[in-house]
Amino acid sequence: MRPLGAFVPLRHSAYSMSAKNHRVLPGFGLALGYTLVYLSLLILLPLGGMVLKASELGFGQIIDIALGERSLAAFRVTFGASLLAALINAFFGLIVAWVLVRYPFPGKRFVDALVDLPFALPTAVAGITLATLYAGNGWLGSHLEPLGIKVAYTPLGIVFALTFITLPFVVRTLQPVIEDIETEVEEAAATLGASRWQTFVKVIFPAIGPALLTGFALAFARALGEFGSVIFIAGNLPLVSEIVPLLIISKLEQYDVLGATALAVVMLAISFVLLLAINALQWWAANRHKNAEPLEVAAGKAGKEAEA
Amino acid sequence: MSTHKLTRATQEPAWVRYGLLTIGLGFLFFFLGLPLVAVFVEALAQGLPVYLEALKEPETRSAIWLTIVIALAVLPFNILFGVAAAWAIAKFDFRGKSLLITLIDLPFAVSPVVAGLIFILLFGSQGYFGEWLAAKEIKIIFAVPGMILATLFITFPFIARELIPLMQSQGKDEEEAAISLGASGWQMFWRVTLPNIKWGLLYGVILSNARAMGEFGAVSVVSGHIRGETNTLPLHVEILYNEYNAIGAFAAASVLALLALVTLVAKTIVEWRMKAETDMLNAELPGEKTA
Amino acid sequence: MTQFRKSIATLLLGLVAGAALADTTLLNASYDVARDVYKDYNPMFQKHWKAKTGESLELKQSHGGSTKQVRAVADGLEADVVTMNQANDIEFLADKGLVAKDWAKKFPNNASPYTSTMVFIVRKGNPKGFKDWNDLAAPGVQIIIPHPKNTGNGRNTYLSAWAWALKQPGGSDKSAQEFVGKLLKNAPLFAAGGRDATTTFMQRGLGDVLITFESEAEMIAKEFGKGNFEVIHPSLTMQTEFPVAIIEKVVDKKGTRKQATAYLEYLWSKEGQENAAQNYLRPRDPELLKKYAHFFPPVKTFTVDEVFGGANKAFATHFKDGGSFDQIYVAK
Repeated sequence: MRPLGAFVPLRHSAYSMSAKNHRVLPGFGLALGYTLVYLSLLILLPLGGMVLKASELGFGQIIDIALGERSLAAFRVTFGASLLAALINAFFGLIVAWVLVRYPFPGKRFVDALVDLPFALPTAVAGITLATLYAGNGWLGSHLEPLGIKVAYTPLGIVFALTFITLPFVVRTLQPVIEDIETEVEEAAATLGASRWQTFVKVIFPAIGPALLTGFALAFARALGEFGSVIFIAGNLPLVSEIVPLLIISKLEQYDVLGATALAVVMLAISFVLLLAINALQWWAANRHKNAEPLEVAAGKAGKEAEA
Repeated sequence: MSTHKLTRATQEPAWVRYGLLTIGLGFLFFFLGLPLVAVFVEALAQGLPVYLEALKEPETRSAIWLTIVIALAVLPFNILFGVAAAWAIAKFDFRGKSLLITLIDLPFAVSPVVAGLIFILLFGSQGYFGEWLAAKEIKIIFAVPGMILATLFITFPFIARELIPLMQSQGKDEEEAAISLGASGWQMFWRVTLPNIKWGLLYGVILSNARAMGEFGAVSVVSGHIRGETNTLPLHVEILYNEYNAIGAFAAASVLALLALVTLVAKTIVEWRMKAETDMLNAELPGEKTA
Repeated sequence: MTQFRKSIATLLLGLVAGAALADTTLLNASYDVARDVYKDYNPMFQKHWKAKTGESLELKQSHGGSTKQVRAVADGLEADVVTMNQANDIEFLADKGLVAKDWAKKFPNNASPYTSTMVFIVRKGNPKGFKDWNDLAAPGVQIIIPHPKNTGNGRNTYLSAWAWALKQPGGSDKSAQEFVGKLLKNAPLFAAGGRDATTTFMQRGLGDVLITFESEAEMIAKEFGKGNFEVIHPSLTMQTEFPVAIIEKVVDKKGTRKQATAYLEYLWSKEGQENAAQNYLRPRDPELLKKYAHFFPPVKTFTVDEVFGGANKAFATHFKDGGSFDQIYVAK
């Protein structure tokens, strides 16, 4: 946290804020203009081209493609597995981020460095390696299959691959936020008599909640589109373990670029709505957090509850 | 209040701490450590000499270089956009901000194969600009420019996403002070803003770099797979694997893992210096840190 | 450092445009496992061409999934020739006007310089005693194949089994579909591609039988050792063709028709055929087929044209959305 300094009272007046913004700091027009032009050229133009292409099909046909029995099953598998993977990452990612920030242990830097690995390893290599590890005779599969847990070539395999691919998101969004929590606040809660659990629930969790949500959402979004790693471990059986990106590839194998584009547009629309909702939710959570009660007040409450 | 009780509430009990450590590290071991070890075990299955031999192959070498060239080519675009977008979003209020942030996030959610496909729809010979480009003899897809475009698309959000929260938390007081003291816009940027964000910027660069080098799906669609010419390392891994050259494939993959580790080492240094700097700052201004 | 400079040069070249190079360059867009074939063939042809005309040629290779490659060519990848492993992929290019409509007649043997067949790879000693397709459809058997809808390898297996069932006494399309349905029920997974299927079978120990190209068997031996498996030739299997064609548009534009035609024709020369045989692909030359008879035992084969009325028709009936493959999985 940076010291806010003497300007703080001024900045809290909403009127002076909006009036000052555009006058004092330069470069708003240039920065926003460049952002919009670059965004339009690199993201909006290509995505627009895709939507335009898909529109050659007509709305009814796009819906038909999206609602076929195989497509519906694939949507279920894709969304279900992505959700599970994001939840697994939210739970374990929180623990990992906490451990990496708060606890000293040997080899910590190396472990911290390892977290970004899924970004750098080509997804196909990840898929092949995971399938080998979790196959019936693999290092892990040979221990899991006697217990009746089959990972490779089942929907569970998809969940595991997606967990690997999206692992960095939750950890990396949480780490700086946990670092930002000042221990003084926790100490205050403690002085006021709160137990560690109460401090966590009342003070720490509200502070890291929005970041956890962001990490979860980014992981979920990235998981929806993932293809390269999944096909090697999924088994790819129709209605059971097919994901939507595989259906897109399948359309391309039939030279059906239009059909592939239509499926991609449906995926894009869902992802867009999802991300918009998450950004709104995060904005709401951050605002609620800012307006409701400062950490110190929360700490006090946690302390009072402990006394009661 | 006893000190004993205070420690109890600021620190987890020992069993919780060890429990969390075990769960966290166990999770990382199974989901990251083992796959990484497995990649190296496959790559070194026939010993170090065979591994090194696999990396000496000219096509593997040229793939490594092309991967690095593309990663470098993408950098300035990403930095410029990241800084501009973060400056506009973090320091000013305007309508439609969360829509803009969502649009910046969008490339995360687009399947890489689709990301490649959209550039084919635009620039392919049957695409919207295909004829015009063919008439002008400009090659975009199935050439390096198309691969750079696809990589730009995939890595688009990283630096902006890294800088926005950082610049938001820093506020705009320092910049405002600089301006009111008579600095020009550029002076303010070079003397105040850039020093404040430089480490965060580097952090974003490293993340997007890892992604740029590892990307397969999108680049695969627009590359044309011409050996020694438009083959990046991840694409080369696939070809080697399909040719029953598992050693070569995993050796190439291990290079990517190592490249990632190199950038990660750079990141660790960055973080370490960042920390040292903030510690110094805090030491200089002990009174200003309010709890 | 030269590599780095070369990459920079490539980058700049790409940016400027396909600038003219000193040598004449041919680009061969090929399927993904053909590298060994053309790695040896290209220098052979370069030498032959230099001796014949005095011109030195630069030959470039592009490898990828067959359908992906022809889509790239249709979208502007400037390949002079395509050497594929599926006829319907060339038909697609013919529809787009990139390849002559009568491409199959431009070269001998249906424009396919070599062939292969689909075989069973079983574990050492053939513990389950597999002989023919019906053994694989028996309950309790596990077969490993690549995705029948999305990969050429898987499609050939599917069509081979279909044709076998069709040729049985009283066989009909209905009985064939039933048989193939029974066979596919024995597949615990559909692998991502031919190579992935091999890894699953050989390395991960899954399944009783792997169905793949005869030519793959030797590549499997190279990686996993010859003694670990056996090859079984079923009573009837598909003769898979590897059709080649000239991309008319590109050779006209680049002025490389002469070189491109010679490049493909040379595949039928003694040297070209011998190279194919050494890569375990059945040569068309009967003498060479005899010479390498230990690799290529005689088998009863059918072609897609004979049984299914052409690659395009086979594809439309079985692998398009709503085709026989989908019908097996989606009851409707």
